Amino acid sequence: MSKTTRVLIFLAVSLVLIAGAVTVFASTEASEALPAAAASNVAWWVWPLSLLVVTFVLGIVAVLGGVGGGVLFVPIIGGFYPFNLDFVRGAGLLVALAGALAAGPGLLKRNLASLRLALPVALIASAAAIGGALIGLALPQNVIQTLLGATILFIVLIMALAKKSDFPNVPKADALSQSLAITGIYTEQSLGKDVEWKVHKTPQALFMFIIIGVMAGMFGLGAGWANVPVLNLMMGAPLKVSVATSKFLLSITDTSAAWIYLNEGAVLPMIVAPSIVGIMLGSMVGVKILARTKPKAIKWMVIGLLLFAGLRALLKGLGIWK
Amino acid sequence: MSNEKVKASEEQIAYANILNIGMWFGLAVLTFTFIIYVSGIFQSFVPIEELPNYWGMKAKDYIHVLNAPTGWGWVAMAGKGDYMNFVGIAMLAGLTIVCYLAILPILLRKKDTPYVIIAILEVAVLALAASGILKVGGH
Repeated sequence: MSKTTRVLIFLAVSLVLIAGAVTVFASTEASEALPAAAASNVAWWVWPLSLLVVTFVLGIVAVLGGVGGGVLFVPIIGGFYPFNLDFVRGAGLLVALAGALAAGPGLLKRNLASLRLALPVALIASAAAIGGALIGLALPQNVIQTLLGATILFIVLIMALAKKSDFPNVPKADALSQSLAITGIYTEQSLGKDVEWKVHKTPQALFMFIIIGVMAGMFGLGAGWANVPVLNLMMGAPLKVSVATSKFLLSITDTSAAWIYLNEGAVLPMIVAPSIVGIMLGSMVGVKILARTKPKAIKWMVIGLLLFAGLRALLKGLGIWK
Repeated sequence: MSNEKVKASEEQIAYANILNIGMWFGLAVLTFTFIIYVSGIFQSFVPIEELPNYWGMKAKDYIHVLNAPTGWGWVAMAGKGDYMNFVGIAMLAGLTIVCYLAILPILLRKKDTPYVIIAILEVAVLALAASGILKVGGH
């Protein structure tokens, strides 16, 4: 076992232990009608401080696992902290948004993220995300918690089973992508050559982005886990272009949903600010560790974390594990 | 293959530049106002030490119990320590609209009609979301 792998396992175990400790601290009977009285036994500053630490670790894990911060943030913070899921989802969207805004400029300038690919897709996804946010905020707590758990477990399945293709075969661009001129060229440094790409099955993909947008808005998860398979496997964009465009896409999709949460009062600065700072600092450290890690080990670690958090959300929603 | 083809388009570079400046500015404002918030220099709408009594509630109950503002109502309370943070949050959330507005003239000059329409529609969608007109039913 390499040193880096041991460090990663240590990080994952720390995360679980911190989350467990927080759960014990906050083993609240925080029903919707009753204020979280038990949480008041803990000094207020413990919460933003622990959020900063946990999101810092999440930021590292997210980069190494190739997932967005939001998909880890919502189930883990929602499952183990005393905050209502409304506020956690609002913060999750802003965490994912901040990460996407930070990554966007570099990806666009290097022509890895494609504005021509992102703009039509973003229009559909961002409109759908508004609907998702409105639905998500209207649903009762236990229902949204249960649905979140089921969705996270579904994401685990996708991550475990879905294959990715570096350079998918696209025999012919479809009529819609041709009329929108969705095509591009980028320099693939690992091959030392320029790669020209085009896409197909655009109408089907746009339909998928309605579903992705609704889920992103409803659960505040970000949606990289769904964007990449659709852009890469369905539309046939190269993997690097798909990952980069997906990341940039989140900055648009999450913006529309974030406004709904903001306007509905579902954003608490005490949760948002330390989470954004923690996850961004963690991401910066994660990028530095990335060069020395084995992607497969990390992927399975992230899957393990999500499985645990998804089960927790599901059982919490069903009232089995309070 | 020429280098020109590999380069990002003019509108893509313009979008990236505004995103870059706006993101750092928004983050700096958010970090600064959060430090002010937790330092207690400015009075908060909800006192920090009482916040744990409310953050377990659903957002609509939180709003109802505390008579907290919704929509753009926070602007009137931007002098309070907690709502001051919304300035940076709104900057981050509003940045995409600014980026779209910035690339519109470039798309128009290029006579890229489909993307002009897409950009205008996107601005409309985001403006609608930001407007506060859309509300969750039931309250």
